Amino acid sequence: MVRGLFSVGLLAAEDGGTIHAGDGGFWADTAGIMLVLPFVAFLLILAFGKRLPNKGGEIAVGAMAINLLWASVLMIMNMTGGVLDETTFEIARIGSGIVFELGWVVDGLSIMMYFLVSFVGLLVFIYAIGYMHGDRRVDWFFAAFSLFAGAMLILVGAPNLIQLIIGWEGVGLASYFLIGFYWEDLDNVRSGNKAFLTNKVADVGLILGAILIGVSIHSFSFADLAKAATDHSTELGAVAVAGGLLLFFGAMGKSAQFPLHIWLPDAMAGPTPVSALMHAATMVTAGIYLMARTFPLFQNLAMDARTLMIAIGTITLFAIGLLALTADDIKKVLAYSTVSQLGYMMTAVAAGGYTAGVFHLFTHAFFKALLFLGAGSVIHAVHSNNMSDMGGLRKHMPTTYWTFMVGSLALAGIIPLAGFWSKDEILATLGHEGYTTVMWIAIAGAFVTAFYMTRTVALTFFGSYKGHGEPHESPRVMTAPLIGLAIPSIFVGVLNIPGVNWPGIGNFTEWIGVRVVAMGDYHPKSVDWGLAAIGLAAAVLGIVLGWMIFARDRATQAERDALEVPVLYPLLRRKYYMDDLAWGLVNTTRGPLARFVNWTNTYIIDMVPNAIGGVTKAVGGFVYGILDQRGVDGVFNGLSAITDGAGSAVRKWQTGRVQQYAAAFVAGAVILVIVFVFFI
Amino acid sequence: MVLNQFLILGAALFAMGVYGLLVRRNIVLILLSVELMLNAVNINLIAFESFLVTSQALGQVFAIFVITVAAAEVGIGLAIVLMIFRNRKSANVDDLSLMRW
Repeated sequence: MVRGLFSVGLLAAEDGGTIHAGDGGFWADTAGIMLVLPFVAFLLILAFGKRLPNKGGEIAVGAMAINLLWASVLMIMNMTGGVLDETTFEIARIGSGIVFELGWVVDGLSIMMYFLVSFVGLLVFIYAIGYMHGDRRVDWFFAAFSLFAGAMLILVGAPNLIQLIIGWEGVGLASYFLIGFYWEDLDNVRSGNKAFLTNKVADVGLILGAILIGVSIHSFSFADLAKAATDHSTELGAVAVAGGLLLFFGAMGKSAQFPLHIWLPDAMAGPTPVSALMHAATMVTAGIYLMARTFPLFQNLAMDARTLMIAIGTITLFAIGLLALTADDIKKVLAYSTVSQLGYMMTAVAAGGYTAGVFHLFTHAFFKALLFLGAGSVIHAVHSNNMSDMGGLRKHMPTTYWTFMVGSLALAGIIPLAGFWSKDEILATLGHEGYTTVMWIAIAGAFVTAFYMTRTVALTFFGSYKGHGEPHESPRVMTAPLIGLAIPSIFVGVLNIPGVNWPGIGNFTEWIGVRVVAMGDYHPKSVDWGLAAIGLAAAVLGIVLGWMIFARDRATQAERDALEVPVLYPLLRRKYYMDDLAWGLVNTTRGPLARFVNWTNTYIIDMVPNAIGGVTKAVGGFVYGILDQRGVDGVFNGLSAITDGAGSAVRKWQTGRVQQYAAAFVAGAVILVIVFVFFI
Repeated sequence: MVLNQFLILGAALFAMGVYGLLVRRNIVLILLSVELMLNAVNINLIAFESFLVTSQALGQVFAIFVITVAAAEVGIGLAIVLMIFRNRKSANVDDLSLMRW
């Protein structure tokens, strides 16, 4: 069943330009293959992975490569002409005409996500073949990894909220498998549990929001949601703020917004490729994707929800970014940086900057995957996550160093790398929409970002080597994906320079929606060089300051400790005591709650089983003692006694003397003769 | 010629056979007694046939059947007697009361 997507959303592009979007033909009709292939790979790896030389890595990479082919073709078609298609299969009808459908959407936003997941996924999978070589349970790793990517593709291809939730939960499940991958260590299991449970809390919001919205407009379809929102439907309007906030709560969990960000740093317990994929293309982008997909709701009806969303996004982008300053684990630095960048995206989308938020998601995916894979390469060489064990690695690992440098500069927002353009677009959007304070905090956040990335680079690659052994550059299977990600980290930013239309392909803003759907979002039409200069200055200042503080090699722990600012350092080091707060809450309520539950269990709930047990015991005693032992057994014992007695009496006749038998036979015959002759 | 003569002869032979069967202790003699009984039956069959004259001479035919069966029976019986004698050095039926309670 194929039908046009966003039938009402198909208004003129806001510039009054003509719309031309193809239906994508064969490639869009078969785009569902991207949603299915990773699951096929998952099953194949489980079945045959152990016997293959790379333990199933080749299957996972193969599936991703085919996916990338589809995604690339669709991406190019979308860049040159626009693609808009939706294929759905009706699974069931719920109640009064609500249809449950599964299928796939092929539009600018989902094509961008298909491409991102497939491209980053493919490179990370290739990298993982080298990184995981000789590790434990490699086949299970690749199986779960395929499941992870597959669930994300289900999520981004979803034409309705139900399928989105299916993919959403699938991503959560796969991330649980992968975060707790080294489950021999209890801490890793705890991290997996923490991630899963934190996400579960948020999922409640998503599910409630989906039900609220779905029931109010009698459809879970995004197309119908967008139509109702652009029409300012009264049914939807009544629940828009509540539904929007509930959806946002769900997004806060997956996209690690304050205060539900606590799972993300702990999610570093998984193997590094997992972190790379999780932070770049899958999992944490899901929340932003959900906000972008339901953007018409927030843009047209749920405006009142925006203040809270922007507040949370702003806290996330600044306060959590600060935490990266004190982390010693290189992966945790990157994790906090991801949380901070997600704060940027969330703030942008919440402020009406659909394009800016999605564009930052797009660029961030490349350089964050690059940074994580670079960090993984370093960890692979040093056998430690801690930057205090690193230092001076630029001479030992030149490829890793240069690519990591590109990623850091892109993240810091240095012109002309990818991060500069997307961050500048967010700043411009915030400024234009009137959120000046937020804009200045975001600029300060850019300073912090540049500062901690400089610290990371300085501690990792400069100074003297403090770890053990002689670090070596990683094998080519790991460095090639680094280069493959460094190139887009440099260039993708120019795809969306405001006001620039590249000949034949236009720009990113058009690809992800404005060309075919009047999103009504703000996106800058020309570069505000003044604002860009301020943002750039903040980043450069961060780098210079960071370099001045951290460039000097501090070989001993005491020297490093001297850098700690008295009050601020412990505050950041303990993550604003948020984990302690959560634990304290759990610990203080746990005892009384457990005692209460125990009491209830012993005295109230147990009464029912005890009563049932007593009755059962009495009935059983009667049945056994009277009916069985005396009644039934008596019959059989009597029968056997009779048989026994009869046998004892009769067997005496068996004398073994043949002539006695013959005599009896003759006597019998004589009797018969007498009877026949005389009586019959 | 009267039928009774033959019937009395047959009955006498049969009675002698039964007597031998029950009182003799030697297995060979018991077998011989059985033969007497069979031949008593044969005499009866022939006698009845000669008086009734059936078209297929049924009496003679049955007599021949009985002779055949008797021959077979004696063959098997003597073989068994031989085996018992070899194993137990005795042909006395009172020594063979093993199949008892």
